[in-house]
Amino acid sequence: MKRIILSIVIVLTTISLSAQKVVIAAAADLRYAMDEVVVAYKKHNPKSDIKVTYGSSGNAYQQILNGAPYDIYFSADIMYPRKLAEQGLTASKPKLYAIGFIVLWSNQIDVSSGMSSLNDIKLKKLAIANPEHAPYGKRAQESLQHYKLYDKLKDKIIMGENIAQTAQFSQTGNAEIGILALSLVMSPAMKNQGKYYLIDSKSYSPLEQGYVIIKKSKVNTETYKFAKFVSSPEARGILKNYGFKLPNETPNP
Amino acid sequence: MNEDFINTLLLTGKLAGFTTIILFIIGMPIAYLLAYKRFWFKSFVEAMISMPMVLPPTVLGFYMLVAYSPQNAFGGFLDKYLDVRLAFSFEGVLLASVVFSLPFMIQPLQNGLTAIPVSFREAAYTLGKSKTETFFKVLIPNMIPSIVTALAMTFAHCIGEFGVVIMVGGNMPGETRVASIAIYDEVQALNYDVANQYSLVLFIISLVILTVIYSMNGKSAPNP
Repeated sequence: MKRIILSIVIVLTTISLSAQKVVIAAAADLRYAMDEVVVAYKKHNPKSDIKVTYGSSGNAYQQILNGAPYDIYFSADIMYPRKLAEQGLTASKPKLYAIGFIVLWSNQIDVSSGMSSLNDIKLKKLAIANPEHAPYGKRAQESLQHYKLYDKLKDKIIMGENIAQTAQFSQTGNAEIGILALSLVMSPAMKNQGKYYLIDSKSYSPLEQGYVIIKKSKVNTETYKFAKFVSSPEARGILKNYGFKLPNETPNP
Repeated sequence: MNEDFINTLLLTGKLAGFTTIILFIIGMPIAYLLAYKRFWFKSFVEAMISMPMVLPPTVLGFYMLVAYSPQNAFGGFLDKYLDVRLAFSFEGVLLASVVFSLPFMIQPLQNGLTAIPVSFREAAYTLGKSKTETFFKVLIPNMIPSIVTALAMTFAHCIGEFGVVIMVGGNMPGETRVASIAIYDEVQALNYDVANQYSLVLFIISLVILTVIYSMNGKSAPNP
């Protein structure tokens, strides 16, 4: 067993000498946006090796606490990177990279009338992400509570493990309406398949999406290069295409 | 995308292959002991070995994750003295896979050994053959179908693992994202055709393995 590990380590070290690998933990709402950012980064750095794992921000936070070997963590809620920093697990200060938004989405019920569409009799299941560990789910819950609809709709709510799974429930029609991430419904995978309604951002606490570099025993220069790239105009342009509001920008009307 | 597809399948095969080999090496002696020795806590041991068959995979995965944690005894020892962190690594998933597929290797082997008539062994012993020689020259040749079943079932079961791998492995591409996890991931990304491709491949492989097992056992069964 040790020999197997040793030979694998030798092979991997030899390969890694040519380019450092960057392992990214990214919130599920970044699924398509981050893919595009990585493709853009690879164009400028063809030898780079970037691996992304998508999941709920809370899940990734737990994994990092338990020693998961991520180099950089893009959370949908800057609260998690801040918690990591408090526990001395970070190598950089948590930085805001985007502001996200929740929407109502459906390919079965007309949601253009806004929150009142949730009273539609056709609504049997409402999909939200799990508020326990998914920031988009928490905001969905806050918004429903703000409009005094949460208790009424509680029995109809089904929870996705993260916002991407929630989108999948809605897209396949298993939930007639979903409270989803704007970035996901604007992606090529969902764009022309349904209609969305932008929920008033005053009804929930803002989705301040922050990232942080995880403290590792060896400094990975590629990680810092990638982090810098995310703040570049090119990457910011990509995020903007997915409906994110960017920090240091005049607010959208 | 095609390269990812092949790499994921290779990783899945690597995990299943190593699991099967390791389990065969440690499973055979255990099966031998269980088949031919009697001791007072034998039922307990057999029950413990069978646990992965009934235990929800997430329970096993959870316990292994706790064991791997550097804050606990086992994980702490590995971290402090060997600088090894098992959670979210291929080796960690491999160890969990070995524990999880234990009964699928041991039970067919044990049944194969007990099915061999005692007279075979006794005849070999009276002819002066040692226990080792008897094992390799008499027992093993007479239990080939059971060995094939054990190897094939372990391999197939490992390919089908999900709960344990996702708890302990963390869906790291190239390390712990095996085919079963990749399907889950691709569905979440709404890439249904890729999920379909993986599913079809796994379905066909499992079907082929089971067909081989049944045809082998069919051949050795007594004619009606």
